[in-house]
Amino acid sequence: MSILIDKNTKVITQGITGATGSFHAKGALEYGTQMVGGVTPGKGGQTIDFDLENGTRVTLPIFNTVKEAVAATGATASVIYVAPPFAADSIMEAVDAELDLVICITEGIPVLDMVKVKRYMEGKKTRLIGPNCPGVITPEEIKIGIMPGYIHKKGHVGVVSRSGTLTYEAVHQLTTRGIGQSSAVGIGGDPVKGSEFIDILRLFNEDPDTYAVIMIGEIGGTAEEEAAEWIKANMTKPVVGFIGGATAPPGKRMGHAGAIISGGKGTAAEKIAKLEECGIRVAPTPSDMGSTLVSVLEERGLLEKCKS
Amino acid sequence: MNIHEYQGKAVLRQYGVSVPNGKVAFTVDEAVKAAEELGTPVVVVKAQIHAGGRGKAGGVKVAKGLDEVRKYAEELLGKVLVTHQTGPEGKEVKRLLIEEGCDIKKEYYIGLVVDRGTGRVVLMGSEEGGTEIEEVAARTPEKIVKEVIDPAVGLTTFQARRLAYAINIPNELINKAIKFMLSLYAAFVDKDCSIAEINPLVVTGGGDIIALDAKLNFDSNALFRHKDIVELRDLDEEDEKEIQASKYDLSYIALDGNIGCMVNGAGLAMATMDIIKYYGGEPANFLDVGGGATKEKVTEAFKIILSDKNVKGIFVNIFGGIMKCDIIAEGVVAAARELGLDKPLVVRLEGTNVKLGKEILNGSGLNIVAADSMSDGAQKIVSLVK
Repeated sequence: MSILIDKNTKVITQGITGATGSFHAKGALEYGTQMVGGVTPGKGGQTIDFDLENGTRVTLPIFNTVKEAVAATGATASVIYVAPPFAADSIMEAVDAELDLVICITEGIPVLDMVKVKRYMEGKKTRLIGPNCPGVITPEEIKIGIMPGYIHKKGHVGVVSRSGTLTYEAVHQLTTRGIGQSSAVGIGGDPVKGSEFIDILRLFNEDPDTYAVIMIGEIGGTAEEEAAEWIKANMTKPVVGFIGGATAPPGKRMGHAGAIISGGKGTAAEKIAKLEECGIRVAPTPSDMGSTLVSVLEERGLLEKCKS
Repeated sequence: MNIHEYQGKAVLRQYGVSVPNGKVAFTVDEAVKAAEELGTPVVVVKAQIHAGGRGKAGGVKVAKGLDEVRKYAEELLGKVLVTHQTGPEGKEVKRLLIEEGCDIKKEYYIGLVVDRGTGRVVLMGSEEGGTEIEEVAARTPEKIVKEVIDPAVGLTTFQARRLAYAINIPNELINKAIKFMLSLYAAFVDKDCSIAEINPLVVTGGGDIIALDAKLNFDSNALFRHKDIVELRDLDEEDEKEIQASKYDLSYIALDGNIGCMVNGAGLAMATMDIIKYYGGEPANFLDVGGGATKEKVTEAFKIILSDKNVKGIFVNIFGGIMKCDIIAEGVVAAARELGLDKPLVVRLEGTNVKLGKEILNGSGLNIVAADSMSDGAQKIVSLVK
């Protein structure tokens, strides 16, 4: 088991003919993802070829609209690599086509566009991951996004993070210790986004194949604090945390649009204190995310079950 | 992106938000001329820097007559103002806003922000104008009133009215206050603001509602559709190195320490600063080279790091995903050769093509210290700069 996606998930790529979209569509195909088509308005009816490293050629159909793509391919998930000015519209188109899952990789979407998108999504069935995220991977089954697939290993630890490269760092530390992952989810670095920590933690909590979770947060907002409270009240599985940005100066945006301490709120110190107060072990440095999880798994008698 | 108060007021005026009459002045003579043109018995001379707390720092002067305007303008232009938002080094005043005096009856606070929790724009108001809203929030949170705005319909009249009553705007001025808030919201949405703060909003002796101060911040992700706002950027207010970095699409923020950092990914870049500090060092900067960095970009990143005179050593921390380690390694070697690097350089590479990357570094003949992990690298660079 896993969360959000597995080997049966059929995926379309919005923006498949762009440089980024086609590059990562190929990467997903190499990993074994069932990529079934793409959307680029104006190129409907054409096809796009991918020459894989194993020598096979995959030819995918291109559609003008998401609705047509879904009708023709039976896709239930979409990944978006559309440029920022048009990405919000692409998300809404995917929501309107009633996909189960939309993963938006695009970085740099205006925040008021995302405010509209969230309003538009109210009452609709689609779950949005991102924007400004690396995507979601269920190791050795399916990869949707820009993460390096080979560092992952199938297993029982869930990873959820606001940062892409810190997710890779955590996954790498787990894999080199022989600990696999059930799924790894990047929720993205924007202030207004589709899924928050709690949404993903709830799925990991319900997933029988996930035994423990690493949650990687950073400065800005209060999502980590809310997640900590939720974990304390609901989570039956151990959670280990890390918070980036302890040395970030206030009032400066640290790369991610959402990583900013404003009005003295959203500091790493506050978040770490809240996590610890709620019984979540916090890794002292980003190098210790794996080892901190190992020590918690050992204490709970879960380490052997998590070695895969 | 930040702009000056006088620019913010000009933007707001376009949307019918009432602001005092005023003019910008770059010289003392311009200041006197502006006051003369305004022709009011009292004018206010306001230092224009991108930081709050100017009043307390002595950057706002009330002048009665042109002689006083001249005196205050001479005093303020070229002065370094230190407020709680500028840091100890302060900011030099290069522009003044000369504004008509205002008969203040009472001060309020009105602000619009994007709230992460609800994913919506929130209108905030308080009777406690003039003080910082964070202070009010900490001391008397019940004095801050909020209205969450549905983006599909925008700020409604009833919400503005409800907020106006809640913060005790005088009954006869409620309609003026509503118009003020609706206009402010229109400006906020139309210009893609991330913050619009009117502190204080004042009720005048003449029964007007005016934005005495105005702080507008804009969403940098939305600047592509606001060429007029981009033109308001004041490069004097920004760090030289940050300006240079933005030209190459590098995300760079200057800090006070002596260990330069070059990292891929914002989260890892922040965490790299943290781990340097954890082992007793001080990071000189935040630098995210991004996912698609080229050899040229890496070289530019190195130049920017080295242009900081405080830098005593550099830590390169890369987790190659899309970005291949060999590309980074080539960039590092090329930059070190071109710039004649004479400072300790610790490189930690992990991820795609890591072997190839390490071979390039080792074969370069340069004095590069390889690190096996983030903590190994951080400890090495900290000990090397001591």
